[in-house]
Amino acid sequence: MSEMIDARGLSCPQPVLMFMEASKKTDKDEIVVWVDTDASKENVSRAAESKGWEVKNIQENNLEYQITLTRN
Amino acid sequence: MFKNFFATRWGIVATGAVIGMLAAILQKLGNPGNMGICVACFERDISGALGLHRAGVVQYMRPEVMGFVIGSLIAAYVFKEFRPRGGSAPIVRFVLGIFAMIGALVFLGCPWRAMLRLGGGDLNAVVGLLGLVGGIWIGTIFFKNGYNLGRSQKAETSAGWILPLIMTGFLALPLIFPQVTGEAKSGVLFYSLKGPGAMHAPLFISLIIGIGIGFIAQRSRFCTMGAFRDLMLFKQTHLFSGVAALIVASFITNLILGQFHPGFAKQPVSHTMHIWNFAGMVLAGLAFALAGGCPGRQLFLSGEGDGDAAIFVMGMIVGAAFAHNFSLASSPKGVGPHGIAAVIIGLVVCVFIGATIRKKQ
Repeated sequence: MSEMIDARGLSCPQPVLMFMEASKKTDKDEIVVWVDTDASKENVSRAAESKGWEVKNIQENNLEYQITLTRN
Repeated sequence: MFKNFFATRWGIVATGAVIGMLAAILQKLGNPGNMGICVACFERDISGALGLHRAGVVQYMRPEVMGFVIGSLIAAYVFKEFRPRGGSAPIVRFVLGIFAMIGALVFLGCPWRAMLRLGGGDLNAVVGLLGLVGGIWIGTIFFKNGYNLGRSQKAETSAGWILPLIMTGFLALPLIFPQVTGEAKSGVLFYSLKGPGAMHAPLFISLIIGIGIGFIAQRSRFCTMGAFRDLMLFKQTHLFSGVAALIVASFITNLILGQFHPGFAKQPVSHTMHIWNFAGMVLAGLAFALAGGCPGRQLFLSGEGDGDAAIFVMGMIVGAAFAHNFSLASSPKGVGPHGIAAVIIGLVVCVFIGATIRKKQ
């Protein structure tokens, strides 16, 4: 099972902060971040990559994005 | 999938460089000294043009601001990023907008102008930028302790159009009531006969440059507050490389155009009261951080349908009215009679907001 973060409707820098916090706490190797703006999608992906995570998949659905991140 | 070039490192650097260069050129074409583009000053001038304050030297319907919103709206539609939304603590954002403007007007410039002032050789800007960083740093402490204005909700398309439509209306006013030489009023609009408000590039050039900047800034998410916030909060240099490019590009362009004059004293539209240059920007930086974007970014977000950013913009326009009606704004002579009190009250209000608002996820 992966860790799920719902960051929809939250503005900068909340989605990135939530990912950062979860990546430190969780022992799971997969985090899915749910966002609803392109800026958040880019910010979370960029932050994850800089912290040694890989963007495995970005699923778009109804103007929302589910970003699947895996620990390298 | 279309890769957004502007979301890359080179994209944000290009955006900052274009803004820095065009700002210096706008100054050459008539905009005030080291004020090629200043979002706070220009919203203050708009407030004056509408008669919300009656400071005679700062009244002009600045087309750059409308261009920012319209350019962002166009980019958002072209790239399918228009997302009408709102409802995340609107009154808090309105108040943050008011105090962001008051802080900026005590320093005499928003973060954009602080950087452009530096690029023009005004060393008082260093003090202001240190204050900006200080204010954003206080903001990051609140973020680490759970400060959060809560989620926005999806809204109807027309709700996202409200600020772009207001800006379109503002743009129509100077076309209906153009400036009459030697007259301080034309129809419903006020104009400055002297001072910074009387200095402006031709309307259509200002508008087209504004639209162009709005377009690329929407794509790149350019933000002068986020630049320092991300550096302090996440050690990320992405947005920072954009503001660094802005400073370098404005410096080089000013040098070429003969507009670079280093020093502290007698810089255009500035004062040398270091403590209040610093403190004004601490207040502005904190308010921008708590609201999630610099004044430019708030305009670009408004263009892509963010009603909360639109409320912040309206807060800044109203804040400018308070700043001049209550003599809070500084002038080249120094701080206004009640500017110091306003900065202190603003800091208390922002600390109250930052320390007490925590939404559970």
